[in-house]
Amino acid sequence: MAKGFRGGTFLLLLPATTFVALLFVYPFIYGLILSFTDASGAITLGNFTHFFGDWWERRTIGVTLGISLPATLINVALAIPFAYYMRHGTRGEKVVTFFLIIPLTLGTVLVSEGMLTFMGPAGWLNQLIMLLGISPKPLRFTHNYTGVLLSLVIQGFPFAFLMILGYVSGINPDLEKASQMLGASKLQTFVRVLFPLMAPGIAICFCLNFVMAFSVFPSAVLLGEPSGPTRVIAYAAYQWAFEKFDFNMASAISMTMAAIELVVISIVLVWRNSIYRGASMVGKG
Amino acid sequence: MQTRRIPVASILFYLAMFVYVAVVLGILLTVVLNSVSKGWYSGALPPFLTPEWYVYVAGEHDILNLLFVTFVVAVSVVGVSIIVAFPAAYALSRREFRGKAFLLSLFLLPMIVPPMTYGIPLAMMLYKVHLAARIIGVILSNLVPIVPFVILILMPFIEQVGVNLESAAKMLGARRLTVFRKILVPLTLPGILTAGILSIVRTISMFELTYLVAGGKSQTIVVALYADAYAAGARPPQAVDALAVIYFLTTMVCLVVALRFVSPTQMVFRIK
Repeated sequence: MAKGFRGGTFLLLLPATTFVALLFVYPFIYGLILSFTDASGAITLGNFTHFFGDWWERRTIGVTLGISLPATLINVALAIPFAYYMRHGTRGEKVVTFFLIIPLTLGTVLVSEGMLTFMGPAGWLNQLIMLLGISPKPLRFTHNYTGVLLSLVIQGFPFAFLMILGYVSGINPDLEKASQMLGASKLQTFVRVLFPLMAPGIAICFCLNFVMAFSVFPSAVLLGEPSGPTRVIAYAAYQWAFEKFDFNMASAISMTMAAIELVVISIVLVWRNSIYRGASMVGKG
Repeated sequence: MQTRRIPVASILFYLAMFVYVAVVLGILLTVVLNSVSKGWYSGALPPFLTPEWYVYVAGEHDILNLLFVTFVVAVSVVGVSIIVAFPAAYALSRREFRGKAFLLSLFLLPMIVPPMTYGIPLAMMLYKVHLAARIIGVILSNLVPIVPFVILILMPFIEQVGVNLESAAKMLGARRLTVFRKILVPLTLPGILTAGILSIVRTISMFELTYLVAGGKSQTIVVALYADAYAAGARPPQAVDALAVIYFLTTMVCLVVALRFVSPTQMVFRIK
């Protein structure tokens, strides 16, 4: 029950709310205004018509979705079985989680820089591939789409894995035992009991992973071909702001970016709600 | 299936983990080896080892200043966030008030909206008030995602502390500040530590926001590393890797310290 707004509570919340209002809400609204005005301050839709009218700019949406959606799907799809396997702990768990956390901690810039050498034409990976006779010539993993996708998987997989592991290990193990005692197979237990309980977590994990993949640009620039096939939308916004100094256009692009992200997140959350309702009905029945 | 079952699941699990660990190790080892190599154009190992790239990097960059800025930014961001976030986390986990759900989602937004979306107008704003390209600007923009992050981490820790303890202290005549100092802080210390360590790790590797506002003298290591890697050709790749090793060592020190206090699953934040 809401008790009304007491003075003490207000004072406690004041500093954090001021921070978020000044450094997040204000810039966000400022950016929104910038995106609907031109350099002289007049209201216009010109930035958006320019962005959507210009093939070179418009295609960044497709390019970014074409990288971030597969990357997120791969990460989440790989993370679910691995987290499921490790839900009660396993041998070498500490070592495994330590190596998973390293790429997350290091960040995109270092991983990209390392991949350039490791997966380059003369790197260890290609030396191994040629040694094993998989391919007579070095394969191209860098300066193309594959490189960016790989870097997003190397970084995104541990994130998804650790997050889903957190959710799975929070599920009461008695539910699983009960299901098996009632004669359900492992697959049935997973599909009918565990997965519906994991679904909300998986949905959140998908969203956060997608946010990371969709807005990242260092790896797309360093490992991809920023002058074309991997010119992602975040990089386009950066170029307009800090190379062409057109902040109105840059704001329009970054607002478009936020809007697309919002659409994807809403779709995922709608899916989550439909699954969740189904799960509670199974529970009652 | 009466005969011995082959543990397919375990084999697949360990095989995949082996491949993953091998790739991560491969990436890190090539960076380290390349940074001390000379004439490594082919072959599994470099023919000569040399420290010259570190000397070169020290000449190109003010390494001490980079480390100093990174350290100052990380420590200030963490300090300010904890001071600002603790009261808010307390109010959100203890008090009921109108607009609580709204405020909670407001605090969640900076962690979901892409950094570029608010980063570009924020950078413009900071340039206008002449705070950008200075350490203070870098600190301010890094606070945006970290303050909400700390609030979310602290909330469950504060909820754990029994309300009775606070009431008892008040009944025994303790003033608010004493309750805070003697009851709340000691009992939520694990939460404060967790939040602080995770924020330091995140701030050091935070690239986008720092990149948008940092200037020459207010760069953190990760921004300098990106700039060097981006201008490939301007510098020998080994020198870029030497800077990468310096960044890698800084981060790893923090990570190793962090893992003494928190478990890896806590490193990714959770939202219900």
